[in-house]
Amino acid sequence: MSEARTISFMLNGEAVSAEILSHHSLVDVLQRQFDLFGARESCGQGMCGCCTVLVDDRAVSGCLFLAAFADGAEVVTVEHLGRDGLSDVQEAFIAAGAFQCGFCTPGFVLMTHQLLDEHPDPDDETIHHYLAGNLCRCAAYPEIVEAVKIAARKRKTGATG
Amino acid sequence: MTTTTMQRGEVGRSLPRLEARDKVSGRAQYMHALQLPRMLTGKIFRSTVAHGRIRSIDTSAARALPGVHAVITAEDVQRIIPEPYYGPAFHDQPILAIDKVHYVGEPVAVVLAADPHVAEEAAQLIVAEYDELPAVFDEVEAATSGVHVHEELKPAGTFPDLKHLKGRKGTNVALDFRLRRGDTEAAFKAAAHVFEHSFRTQQCLHLALEPFVSLADARQDRVTVHTASQSPSFVRIEIARLLGWPENRVRVVVPFLGGGFGGKLYIKLEALVVALSLLTRRPVKIALTMEEQFYTITKHASTFRIKSGIDHDGRIVARECEVWWNGGAYADIGPRVTQKSGFTAAGPYDIDNVAIDSYALYTNLTPAGALRGFGIPQLVWAYESHTDMVARALKLDPLEFRRKNILRDGRPQATGTVLKDAAIEAVLARTAERIDWGKPFDRGAGHVRRGRGLAVALKAVISPTTSVAVVNINADGSTTLYCGTVDMGQGSDTAMAQIVGEVLNLPAEAVRVVPRDTDVTPYDMGTLGSRSLFHMGHAVRLAAEDARAKLKALAGELDVPEGSNIPIAELFKKKYGMQAGNIVGTGTYKPDYVSPDAATGHTPNATPFWMVAGAGAEVEVDTETGHVRITKLVNVADIGRAINPRIVETQLSGGALMQLGFTMFEKMHVDGGQVTNASLADYKIPGLRDVPVVMRNETVDTTQANGPFGAKGVGEVSTFCVSPAIANAIDDAVGVRLTELPLTPEAVFRALRANAGKPLEDA
Repeated sequence: MSEARTISFMLNGEAVSAEILSHHSLVDVLQRQFDLFGARESCGQGMCGCCTVLVDDRAVSGCLFLAAFADGAEVVTVEHLGRDGLSDVQEAFIAAGAFQCGFCTPGFVLMTHQLLDEHPDPDDETIHHYLAGNLCRCAAYPEIVEAVKIAARKRKTGATG
Repeated sequence: MTTTTMQRGEVGRSLPRLEARDKVSGRAQYMHALQLPRMLTGKIFRSTVAHGRIRSIDTSAARALPGVHAVITAEDVQRIIPEPYYGPAFHDQPILAIDKVHYVGEPVAVVLAADPHVAEEAAQLIVAEYDELPAVFDEVEAATSGVHVHEELKPAGTFPDLKHLKGRKGTNVALDFRLRRGDTEAAFKAAAHVFEHSFRTQQCLHLALEPFVSLADARQDRVTVHTASQSPSFVRIEIARLLGWPENRVRVVVPFLGGGFGGKLYIKLEALVVALSLLTRRPVKIALTMEEQFYTITKHASTFRIKSGIDHDGRIVARECEVWWNGGAYADIGPRVTQKSGFTAAGPYDIDNVAIDSYALYTNLTPAGALRGFGIPQLVWAYESHTDMVARALKLDPLEFRRKNILRDGRPQATGTVLKDAAIEAVLARTAERIDWGKPFDRGAGHVRRGRGLAVALKAVISPTTSVAVVNINADGSTTLYCGTVDMGQGSDTAMAQIVGEVLNLPAEAVRVVPRDTDVTPYDMGTLGSRSLFHMGHAVRLAAEDARAKLKALAGELDVPEGSNIPIAELFKKKYGMQAGNIVGTGTYKPDYVSPDAATGHTPNATPFWMVAGAGAEVEVDTETGHVRITKLVNVADIGRAINPRIVETQLSGGALMQLGFTMFEKMHVDGGQVTNASLADYKIPGLRDVPVVMRNETVDTTQANGPFGAKGVGEVSTFCVSPAIANAIDDAVGVRLTELPLTPEAVFRALRANAGKPLEDA
């Protein structure tokens, strides 16, 4: 087993540090040291998106992303989005009924945030491109696309109105 | 949006799921968030051979690894549980392999460590040696093979109709269901046309994104099991039986599930973690990886031989069905899949002469269980493909041929049970309408060809089963519901709260649904087979009605005039002099049922309700690549009255898309018993890009007369017809018929080449 080391990073807006081993993933550390369970390991291969975490504003697979690389980074998890009530994307997921079991939902929500931050008015192809790396076994895909569109519309009217 | 519209009454209202906020914010409680002080993590060491005697298990290197707490084998387990065999239909599955292994991936030993990474590393240091035995993998071969997976059959006492199999030796047949109606032999002789075809389905799996996970905390005289299970009551009964304890010393707690689909039914890791916790006197958690799900439970692969006799008028006069179910190494609920699906193996048709034989087979593969349909999708795949092949051969319109032959309410189904509240005709008509059946369309040109197909199906719900519910009105008038139905994404908590709200005139949002905990939530047979809304729905309704009657009695006792709108809290205050007391309403529901006759399969009451589904598909086939694009998929179902129409639509859509995966690409590739694609990188499930261009999900306007508020189950129904509807559309587009799932581009291309007289050579 590897040697312990300490990393420091911004976690959901707060400066934190953690004692880690070099094989620990970001999800390991978030769950075991910070009680943050919104990012979940499912496939363990970066294929499903359940473990999505934002690191320096980019969505990464937290089950593959080694915690050591979070040293000095800014890390945002799904828990942060709802700090003052729900985010517009989270509200839109509820409005569209865009989940069933909810296990994959945090990953979809975070990816949708990145999508809308980069493409405020996405067409279907852009939505598919961004969300094709997230899997939902309940297959609430039509509702998820609907949720993205609701959130996009809301941002637009919010911005102009 | 529907979220803000408040209709009169709670039933029929499309409110969002009660736990919606928790789910979108990542705060909903699943098993992965549960850690207990002093907890150990277990990592399973699994068999690498499909069938063999265990010669030795060397755990010394694993034990020597720093941080390893213990390494456990069957020998240790048998010290505390001498007969450690479990299962819902047969007591055939050992907690850890004893003497023999029966499939690749069977648990042989477990490493326990506080650090999961240490447990994982140590498990790789275990060395087991086996004397390999010949193995059998194919279900048809297994029926007559000299290779026997088990030396002796061990049926559980749970099902009286399996008792006759006790002690049977020299067979892989775990159950044979037989149905005989009329005289098929004579009818085939008299028929104008006879058609016979064979169909196969592949081994695939539930693949919930939350893999199996259980945690046991055993104390001196009691044990608590936290588990991602669809059947907490069954887990409690089975653990109590294994330990020889009364049920009240076993507590089973179930948080939200990250998907179930029939995989997390009955008993999976629970007996193992209980044994480990008893042995170590520490809480033990085992969370499987995605890969390990491929070695836990699958959907049955199957072979179906179907033969039909047709008269000059295009009526089906006889049908013979022979179905082999590949149950894998342990029976799980396979015998029930075999029997219950056998009831409707001849399809939703009015046929006077029917013979059905349905066999549950043991093989040396990962065990198979129920997957969203209890075998029905496999059967419908065969009988609705066959129906189209017959219609096309006779140059009959496939819709008209079906319309002429479907069962109608009031007619006896193959079991003899008279059809009631089964809108087969309406579902078929709506499906045809939505897929524009009979209307001209662009059939394509060059290498892109288009076609349409449809299918219709019928299913009986598993019966007889029991549900119990408790409704508690607190002294401030707030209401709590205790029911054991597991919300694994289907929205049952919300639907049950709506039923309470409807009876007690409350908004569903105000009803607290207590998370499943067998110490407080009463018995329920299990969240399976689309039974919950009907069975538990009734129990919840009865419990709420009981509470309402007791409330009324209390008002009477206190001389409150009838119709008074005095708040409930005031009633309690009047009665007890302060905010105190409860009103507890209870409800138990078990429908009538008559077991099928062993020789004929006849029963006057096979099911309390029928599920009916239809699907229509429009496809585009690229004849140069064999690629199939689904341009339109319509799903229609008779689900009675919808309690929550929005959730119903999501269920229909989700079920159909899941079946689309089983239809188009999902398949476990097995080589010598070894799964060679046991990961999401190699086993593809539907993603956003697989959703058909146009998709419609609809229900026909019906009421289930004996259902709670006219409702019946919806969880499985949209899976039934997807596969044959697509295969029928492919045939319509390019004139090739596929008889084995999945319908991959390779399979389509091979069929096209074979059809053109230029078959591809096998690789």
